[in-house]
Amino acid sequence: MDISLQKVEYRYAAGSPFEKKAIEDISFTIPSGQCVAIIGHTGSGKSTLLLHLNALLKPTSGSVVIGDRTVKAGRKEKDLKPIRQKVGIVFQFPEQQLFEENVMKDICYGPMNFGVSEEEAKKRARYWIEQVGLSQEILEDSPFDLSGGQMRRVAIAGVLAMEPEVLVLDEPTAGLDPRGRKEIMDMFYQLHKKRNLTLILVTHSMEDAAEYADQVVVLNKGRKVHEGTPRDLFADAERLAEWGLGVPEVVRFQRLLEEKTGRSLPGVCLSIDELAAAWNEQSGGPAV
Amino acid sequence: MAREIISLNSITFRYPGGDHDVLKNVSFSVQEGEWVAIVGHNGSGKSTLAKLMNGLYFPDKGSIQIVGISLEKDTVWETRKHIGMVFQNPDNQFVGTTVQDDVAFGLENHGVPHEEMVKRVNRALKQVKMDDFLNQEPHHLSGGQKQRVAMASVLALRPDIIILDEATSMLDPTGRQEVIGLVRSLKEEQEMTVLSITHDLEEAAKADRMIVMNQGEVYRTGTPREIFELGDELVQLGLDLPFYLKMGNALKAQGVQLSGQHLTEEELVNELWTSHCKK
Repeated sequence: MDISLQKVEYRYAAGSPFEKKAIEDISFTIPSGQCVAIIGHTGSGKSTLLLHLNALLKPTSGSVVIGDRTVKAGRKEKDLKPIRQKVGIVFQFPEQQLFEENVMKDICYGPMNFGVSEEEAKKRARYWIEQVGLSQEILEDSPFDLSGGQMRRVAIAGVLAMEPEVLVLDEPTAGLDPRGRKEIMDMFYQLHKKRNLTLILVTHSMEDAAEYADQVVVLNKGRKVHEGTPRDLFADAERLAEWGLGVPEVVRFQRLLEEKTGRSLPGVCLSIDELAAAWNEQSGGPAV
Repeated sequence: MAREIISLNSITFRYPGGDHDVLKNVSFSVQEGEWVAIVGHNGSGKSTLAKLMNGLYFPDKGSIQIVGISLEKDTVWETRKHIGMVFQNPDNQFVGTTVQDDVAFGLENHGVPHEEMVKRVNRALKQVKMDDFLNQEPHHLSGGQKQRVAMASVLALRPDIIILDEATSMLDPTGRQEVIGLVRSLKEEQEMTVLSITHDLEEAAKADRMIVMNQGEVYRTGTPREIFELGDELVQLGLDLPFYLKMGNALKAQGVQLSGQHLTEEELVNELWTSHCKK
């Protein structure tokens, strides 16, 4: 299922004295099965844009095509439920949204809201709790007795149990320790690869954009200023700085190394291993 | 000689109704004017330590001294005057409708006279370089600016100790730099004692000393240099390695000859440069 934005604009409190334009003239397409990162400085419009991806906001101008549905400015939309089942959003700090008395009920809440039977919902809960790296025993526990990292996983399982085709992640690893961060991102990436799940990653982390995204969309002051592969994007650090963004650490290090040694590598490297290999290659293989 | 400003002696703690001790026999002390970073995986007991130091909970065993006062139920209001806390989520810490009202709130609660209050508010906002934003609404600020205002609110109360409980973890890289830079200047220019609880190794690397927590126990204390020498042991603990160590390891795996453990990024670059020049 593709998602396509066409000249999307959104004004908060449109028509009132407090009207404020958050995003404007945004067009791009997220093809089915891709991993797309949306990056931008705080206040660039990322969060507003995110709410359009499953019709939680309707553009004040332009349109959003989500699969076979079109959400268009000025037109009343009915029955948006199917869209929200197909496009699941994991909001920032999703653990704050847990509310049920036990984990099983919390995970079942979403799917049952979309008409899944209790029996099927429970089956999904048992499946997804293991997929997010927790054991089935935890299903009987109160979500509020779990650690922060576990609560985050339970909340994610609740979204995955709706079995969306597109998963939107808003800063999914904020506040997790480095191991937790890697485990969660690897889990999403596996789902993306194995199930052809479309991933949309809204993030501050240039490292995650470099590591996981096929395409990166950059927002600045409510407008789309760039769209391309991470390699293309991170090759130009000056341009990123203008948008208030940095480069991944490995790219910064590569620049430093090239400056110091006066030798430049053929292209920008997006991972530590890639840089190590490129450096080794240009310096003529391992020293004997 | 610097005096001991915080001391924890053999603390054991379990949350009410919990089934295990989240802190086990934890002891450490912090000297006046020191910047100490407490690192550890999620659930290692870091944040619980902050709650105990501020008297939100009391240890089951052991004792805590804050500026020489033993922290008990009847001294908790006294000890809290010496500690300012800044939390993770900047949006949860605002009460005022403008930046200056927000900073004034705590002072008003402490019955500080108006004239004195105005002085302190202005001074605190100057300290965090937010004095151009006196009448701004807090929710219009960036994450880094919000945390700086939160720190001004704390500074206006003139605490001896600031505890940052993952105060940078929700910020973007720019905001994080702002807050880390501010902490450094508070420490260097005003000899503030800072305790930062963090996952961020860049932040921890700038501290004077690190305390590594693991499953409710103090795993190791030392300077950042000493702690980072643990290398892969840190990864086992759910933490990460600083970038220059990971980079060095990857180069070695490729067969690039590196003498030993470089402990800064510059050392690594220099070594690569030297070996490169030899060829």
